[in-house]
Amino acid sequence: MAEVALSSVTKRFGMTTAVSDMKLTIEDGAFVVLLGPTGAGKITTLRLIAGLETPDAGSVAIGGRDMAGLTPAQRDVAMVFQQYSLYPHMTVRENLEFPLKSPILRTPQAEIDRRVGEVAEVLRIPHKLDNKATALSGGEMQRVSIGRALVRDPAVFLMDEPLSSLDAKLRSDLRVELKRIHSDLAATLLYVTHDQVEAMTMASKIGVLHDGRLAQVGTPREVYENPASAYVAARSGSPRINLLPAGLLGDAPDAARTMGLRPEHIVIGDGTEAAVTRVEHLGDQTRLHLRLRDHDVVTLTDSTIPNAGETVRIAPREPLWFDADGSRL
Amino acid sequence: MSAYSISAPTTRSKWVAGILVVTYAIITMIPLIWIILTAFKSPADAISYPPKVVFDPTLEGYVNLFTTRTRISPEALAALPEPDTWYDRIVRQYDMVIAGPSKFGERFVNSVIIGFGSTFLSVFLGTLAAYAFSRFRIPLADDLLFFILSTRMMPPIAVAIPIFLMYRQLGLSDTHLGMILLYTAVNISLAVWLLKGFIDEIPREYEEAALIDGYTRFQAFYKVVLPQAATGIASTAIFCLIFAWNEYAFAVLLTSANAQTAPPFIPTIIGVGGLDWPAVAAGATLFLLPVMIFTVALRNHLLRGITFGAGRK
Ligand SMILES: Nc1ncnc2c1ncn2[C@@H]1O[C@H](COP(=O)(O)OP(=O)(O)O)[C@@H](O)[C@H]1O
Repeated sequence: MAEVALSSVTKRFGMTTAVSDMKLTIEDGAFVVLLGPTGAGKITTLRLIAGLETPDAGSVAIGGRDMAGLTPAQRDVAMVFQQYSLYPHMTVRENLEFPLKSPILRTPQAEIDRRVGEVAEVLRIPHKLDNKATALSGGEMQRVSIGRALVRDPAVFLMDEPLSSLDAKLRSDLRVELKRIHSDLAATLLYVTHDQVEAMTMASKIGVLHDGRLAQVGTPREVYENPASAYVAARSGSPRINLLPAGLLGDAPDAARTMGLRPEHIVIGDGTEAAVTRVEHLGDQTRLHLRLRDHDVVTLTDSTIPNAGETVRIAPREPLWFDADGSRL
Repeated sequence: MSAYSISAPTTRSKWVAGILVVTYAIITMIPLIWIILTAFKSPADAISYPPKVVFDPTLEGYVNLFTTRTRISPEALAALPEPDTWYDRIVRQYDMVIAGPSKFGERFVNSVIIGFGSTFLSVFLGTLAAYAFSRFRIPLADDLLFFILSTRMMPPIAVAIPIFLMYRQLGLSDTHLGMILLYTAVNISLAVWLLKGFIDEIPREYEEAALIDGYTRFQAFYKVVLPQAATGIASTAIFCLIFAWNEYAFAVLLTSANAQTAPPFIPTIIGVGGLDWPAVAAGATLFLLPVMIFTVALRNHLLRGITFGAGRK
């Protein structure tokens, strides 16, 4: 396992700048999640590290070694793809053996058998080893493709939304599994997703990407509690943060244009009047959709549950202030 | 599985479809069956009118196909020792003896060498070119592809005369190599275009995964792309073989004593000793076999291939 460092990496495709001046260090043993919407440059970042793309500027170093000019094979990285992850013409076993049999590793057969057996055990697929890869369910396929990365002992694991095609139950199971595998192996792991729940639950650090730039890097807690911009604030937390004009609910600092108010940071009982438009009972929490002077606001409640149509009074607690550019004050 | 059927077909529509397909199959098969039957008739039965459906089968046609025969006087025939093989006996009924083997075997072997040789070469070069066009940024790729296709925009025989002159200069006339190169040149545009379509459909992720797994690009091509392109390669090979195997015009023009293939040879059988239709039919029947065997051998790949990937999963 090794540290990965991107220094001022830029990658353009024609007119689009997919990754722009990216500086990011993934410490040895860290679980870093790149979070951002489609088109933010997440996958391009992974591909730059893997050597599938060449940066237009800047450099990538793995374990302190500059990777410029090295082929993907020489970089000693393992990658899990979102889809098309297994070779369809091979059995599960052949898929798992494939990286170990590469001309770079040339693992002896006994060692291959041992590793494949171990990984199959960890992923609970030993009975499927001799199936055709195409005969697996979606969840099994994805586990095997994670397994194909695990059989090796690479410098870094790169994962491109490996769970996005799975159903909710399987996804949360595999999240736990991945987290456990990560701590067992003390692996360096870079994980790409647009799903903030995945990012929040698994990451030791989150990097929020915005149009090819890193908007913020920090622990999930830092990103949530201390977002650097309205963009980052809007990317973390569910339900989403309420972004309202500054001054809508009383005094605001001078430069502030926008007030960010997490749903759980709205106190019900006192303050400005708002109409309840909808009440959502989710079991563990109740969401109130409010109408506040032409703005929609979402909040959570646990004690008093009003009915739709009623009016409540709300007041902000610990609001976040953003200036005209959306930067945090 | 069935990507097209919106609702399950009813029993009646299945019957109608079935009857249509079987009728069509029978209609298209009649000439074929006719040829196969004629090959087992005697020359008299072959030209009898109305045509005989029930007849005494004989191997005369095949014997005549593979041999040359000479007529001898009845006295000379009587002086000969008893014939010791079944084919000698067939021939002697007509006061003839076998003078030697005919050229058919040789022509057939020529067809096999030239047909399969050019098919292999077309598919081999086509796969490499298609892979390059599909995966790499090639300057003027679209123009090059159009140029490759443009070689098929006229009937190949339109360039017969320049090729004839060129081949004579180069010493390629009437050689196996010349015919292999010629058929490859005609087939390669089909091969490149077909195979490019198939390779385009294979997601790049597989190769990229192989690159990351520690393989070189060539190994990734060989171990990951080729097996998945098998369907496309098989169907392309069949199309190429069918063209090269059946090609007649160039074969007449460019081959004679040495590299003549079966198509120009078979009609010449007719001139040896009268209208020998059974021998012609026997030649045609044997000529059908290789393509049939090749197609049947690859049929599992073919069915998905013919739909050009549209029926995948
Ligand atoms: N091979 C490519 N050719 C052209 N544009 C690309 C290519 N790959 C990515 N892009 C562009 O770069 C930007 C970032 O893409 P990507 O890294 O895939 O984002 P994400 O993974 O966050 O969805 C997008 O605007 C995308 O259209």
